[in-house]
This record gives sequence, C-alpha cells and structure tokens, in this order.
Amino acid sequence: MSYTFGPEQLDGIEEVLQNDLMNLGVHSVVLIDTAGNIITHLDNGEMGHDIYSLAALAAGNFGAMSSMAKMIGEKEFSLLFHKGIKENLHFSKVSTDFLLVTIFGNEVSLGFLRLKVAEAIEKIDKILEPSLA
Amino acid sequence: MAFINPKKKEVQAKIVYYGPGRGGKTTNLEYIYKRFKNRIKTDMVVIKTHGDRTLFFDFLPFDVGKINGYDIKIQLYTVPGQLKYDATRQLVLRGADGVVFVADSLTVRREKNILSLKNLQKNLTANNKNIFTIPLVLQYNKRDLEKQGIPILSLETLEKDLNSQLKVPSIEASALAGTNVALTLKNIISLTVSSLKKELT
Ligand SMILES: Nc1nc2c(ncn2[C@@H]2O[C@H](COP(=O)(O)OP(=O)(O)OP(=O)(O)O)[C@@H](O)[C@H]2O)c(=O)[nH]1
Ligand SMILES: [Mg+2]
Repeated sequence: MSYTFGPEQLDGIEEVLQNDLMNLGVHSVVLIDTAGNIITHLDNGEMGHDIYSLAALAAGNFGAMSSMAKMIGEKEFSLLFHKGIKENLHFSKVSTDFLLVTIFGNEVSLGFLRLKVAEAIEKIDKILEPSLA
Repeated sequence: MAFINPKKKEVQAKIVYYGPGRGGKTTNLEYIYKRFKNRIKTDMVVIKTHGDRTLFFDFLPFDVGKINGYDIKIQLYTVPGQLKYDATRQLVLRGADGVVFVADSLTVRREKNILSLKNLQKNLTANNKNIFTIPLVLQYNKRDLEKQGIPILSLETLEKDLNSQLKVPSIEASALAGTNVALTLKNIISLTVSSLKKELT
C-alpha cells in the first residue's frame, strides 16, 4: 500500500513553503508524514542536515508527544517548539497525518513565525484536501 | 505506508525490525551499516538506554537503487523489544510497509518469541494492518550459539511456534557474525518492493 500526491500538488506546497517561510529567512522547512516520510523539503543550501534522520526523529518525537497528550486527557498538542542557542525547531501538525518542521535562527521572531506557519498550513490543507477525502 | 513522489521519481518505504528484547534487532542494523557503508550517506540514529537496550528506535536510511525509473529509498527501523515499551513499539510500527521478525534461537527465549509475535499481530491490527498480508520475513537469529554448546531451539520448533500459520520466508542467521543478515534484508526488500511495484507506473 502506498499513497501519492500529484506534481501540481507538490509544486503548490513548495511554492507556499518558499513564499511564506523560506522568504521569511528560516533555514530549512520539511513537510513529513507521521511515518517519517518526507513529502517536501526546502533549505537555504547552507544547512546540510541529514534530512531523513531528522524526519524519522521528528515523527517519533511528535508521536510520543501525542501519546502523552492523550494520557493526560488532551486531544493532542498541535504544535511544539524547541529553543536552541543558535537554531530553533518548530513542529506543527498539518491536517491529521502530516507534520511541518521548521528550523530557524534567532533573527526570525517566534511570534511572526507562528503566524506565518499557521497561514502556510491553511494553504497546504487546501492543496491536500482533494487527496485526503 | 510508502510515499510515492512523482516529481522526484522517488519512493520512500519503511521496514521495521521487530522481536523480543535482546533478540538482535539492533545488531542487524549495526551490521548493515558497517557492510553497506558506501550506500549509506548518514550516521545510524540510535536511541538507547545506558545498558545498550533500545529505548525508542534505531534508524538507518538505505538506498536500494532504481525500479521502474523510481529511486527506492528504504527506511530501516528497530523497535525496543522490552515488554514495557509497547506504546513506543506501536508508534515505530506506524506506517510500516514491511516487517522482519527477529526471533531469538536461545531455548530459554522460546516463550518470549511467541509473545512478541502475538504483540506484533496486535500492534499491526492497531495500525490497521494485517500480519497475514503485510510483507514479513522471519529471522531465526543467534544460530552461532550452537557451536558454543549453548542450547538453542531446533528449526522445526521455531517453525512450529512461529511460522505454522504465517508460512512466510524464514532465514537462519547470526547477526553478530553477519551471517544471512544481508539475505534477510534482501528478502524483505524484495517482498516490500514487489507489493509496491504495481503502484509504480
Ligand atoms: N551470539 C550471538 N549474539 C548475538 C547475536 N545477535 C545479537 N547478539 C547479542 O545479543 C545482545 C542483544 O542484541 P541487540 O541487537 O541489542 O538486541 P535488540 O533486539 O536490539 O534488543 P532490544 O533493543 O532490547 O529490543 C547483544 O549482546 C548482541 O551482541 C547473534 O547472532 N549471536
Ligand atoms: Mg535494540
């Protein structure tokens, strides 16, 4: 069993991530599914992260947080933020089965990032909608 | 569930090594990592406890090459085998396209193998998958121990305990020595890929 998105959908997602997030100055952004597969990945070319491992860990981490949320009676945590010294990580749920991971430096404010992530997710939701029905 | 990217002509699929604690799942991945270093561009990710037991999962990306013009990228995972980590096991199993069940040949681990296989069935069901239809290979590991005079289960016993209903490929191996580790991997990859192949046009 497998699933796929059309090239137009993938182009559309890439465009949203480029315009709303990369142009804001974030270093890297990855859309993954909850199994850890990478749907789309963009970066500024300076990062060289091991993106497959990052996706596996992000999916595992988010899955663990969701399970903990359920244990304490929350439906789920829809976003997570980890602050580093130079780099920060932001995770946000996209529809039910996807996760947007954003890596950004301190030059981008968290408040503004959150706003832009929320906008991007709304657009991505619309793009994915026909496939998820 | 595998993801097919028509733009990059790439398929990502997930294979999970399952089985009782200390059965040799991590050792399988460590051997694959050493043996195929030229194909693996990154470090192996391990999340372990102090005592070397897997706490969350191990992860290793493995490039198979091209099939029908698609780049096949396989993500190899191990689960933590210890009973208490069931929630984590279920999480790692999520979206699996193929499973290697690593059974421990040690006579004293007989019951543990059977319980772990039942646990796999339960967790696949929880993920809307079926143990009878998912690509699955059994590995009877630690066959090398026989030479050291340590009591191990006969193949007939292992087949009867674990494979009498499943009837899937089963392979004798020693993950520590590397015997048949690659063969196990080859088997599960070919089963997994052929189950996806019809979806690649
Ligand atoms: N003799 C022998 N020992 C093995 C073999 N495979 C694994 N071992 C040993 O068995 C022990 C446990 O192996 P691991 O690979 O850590 O087992 P695991 O299945 O990952 O265990 P968990 O992470 O707890 O689920 C280690 O000391 C290994 O060296 C084998 O084929 N032969
Ligand atoms: Mg392990």
